[in-house]
Amino acid sequence: MENIKDVVLKYVIDEYLEDDSEEITYDTPLISGGIVDSFSMVSLKRFLEVKYKIQIPDDEATPEAFDNVNSIVALVEKFLNK
Amino acid sequence: MAYSDRARKVYQDTLTGIKEAGLFKQERFIHSVQSADIEVEFPAGNPLKKVINMCANNYLGLSSHPEVVQAAHEGLDTRGYGMSSVRFICGTQDIHKELEARLTEFLGTEDTILFPSCMDANAGVFEAILTKDDVMISDRLVHASIIDGIRLAPAMHDTFKHSDMEHLESKLQQYMDKRIRVVITDGVFSMDGDLAKLDVMAELCEKYDAMLFVDDSHSTGFIGKTGRGTHEHCGVMGKIDIITTTFGKALGGASGGCVSGRKEIVEMCRQKARPYLFSNTIAPVVVAGVLKVLDTLSKSTERRDKLEKNTEFWRKGLLDAGFIIKEGESPIVPVMLFNAKLSQDFSKDLFEEGIYAVGFFFPVVPQGQARIRTQISAAHEMHHLEKALNAFIKVGKKYNILGKTKNEIIEMYGN
Repeated sequence: MENIKDVVLKYVIDEYLEDDSEEITYDTPLISGGIVDSFSMVSLKRFLEVKYKIQIPDDEATPEAFDNVNSIVALVEKFLNK
Repeated sequence: MAYSDRARKVYQDTLTGIKEAGLFKQERFIHSVQSADIEVEFPAGNPLKKVINMCANNYLGLSSHPEVVQAAHEGLDTRGYGMSSVRFICGTQDIHKELEARLTEFLGTEDTILFPSCMDANAGVFEAILTKDDVMISDRLVHASIIDGIRLAPAMHDTFKHSDMEHLESKLQQYMDKRIRVVITDGVFSMDGDLAKLDVMAELCEKYDAMLFVDDSHSTGFIGKTGRGTHEHCGVMGKIDIITTTFGKALGGASGGCVSGRKEIVEMCRQKARPYLFSNTIAPVVVAGVLKVLDTLSKSTERRDKLEKNTEFWRKGLLDAGFIIKEGESPIVPVMLFNAKLSQDFSKDLFEEGIYAVGFFFPVVPQGQARIRTQISAAHEMHHLEKALNAFIKVGKKYNILGKTKNEIIEMYGN
């Protein structure tokens, strides 16, 4: 199975970065760092739900939970194991 | 009294925080009519200063045009001051219906409904026409009022990268399971001045059975050969399902806006849009003024042609002088400075030179993209633009940014 971390990182780069020279890591703050508008995160939530066949409730899909790749992966794993 | 010391302190602390972050907005008081030459009191209490206005949305110079003012006087005399009612009780006059019909004709749509502002049109339209079975797919740089409207709607929402048509297409493909897809964009983007690729968007919407929504507030009246808007410029008149626009910019600049488009959508707004249902519409005096503006624009393209020439002169002048601008063709011309403090200092120095232009920085524009946004008007004469250009060059020399690259400016001032 593909590494979830790398799948999420690739999606974030392809989906949100406008400038190819920008670099992000697993820890880069995405929303609080101004890279991703919290309003645009809905597409990531939908992507994760389709890709991993999970349902992330809205009250768990907080800006904090989506703020970096590591926390996003933790969220996915939480629902994958349910 | 329930306004306790605790409540007062909460707000005082919040306001202090806004000031400390350098984000506190202050009004500058204008003591004259809106035009190219204005008299400004700034800071408050200071003597009046005569300056050239380079930041109004007065694209066609009609805000204080004698014929528009005269028409407004006549409207006031014949239809009175206010309606004291929302539209569907007893707040609709013949001239409101006349204006709706004239806008439909001008924009080349099926029907039109007036709103108290375009902010209200954008806030009301999505909630009125969409359900949870639908999806809204918006450009990431759409105006704040559209974002508010999207938030109020029950439909799902997603975004595409600014003006990236491949990304938009991939999003359309993802949402083929939805009942209705609406693609949402500005016609001219207010901060960068670039135009939406409406021709490509219309094709994609056709291909994927999606509706196309355009906020044309920064183009109605002057973009396109006869000023009908971005859809005329892109050759897709009749193909835009929903247009919202304002009368608060080129069309006299007073207030008011509308939703214009497919007749069923307009009728849905009449039945369900909350800013239409629960607020008075535009005052008769403003309706009379906008009718006169439409008369003027339908007779001649002289004003939009002059605006086009002024814009060409201004863009070329800035580029030749060595400024970095957001290139394009609209009269919104951002002069890029990248650093927030530099944009504020530059604006202050321009004011000293008799030029009124405001600096914008994060969060109004993205981080590291601070700028002076200049806006050209048909009210500008060549001597206004020459004086403004000389002032920009003088201040540009002071900060040593002429001919410098983005990286060189950031090296000097940070971003």
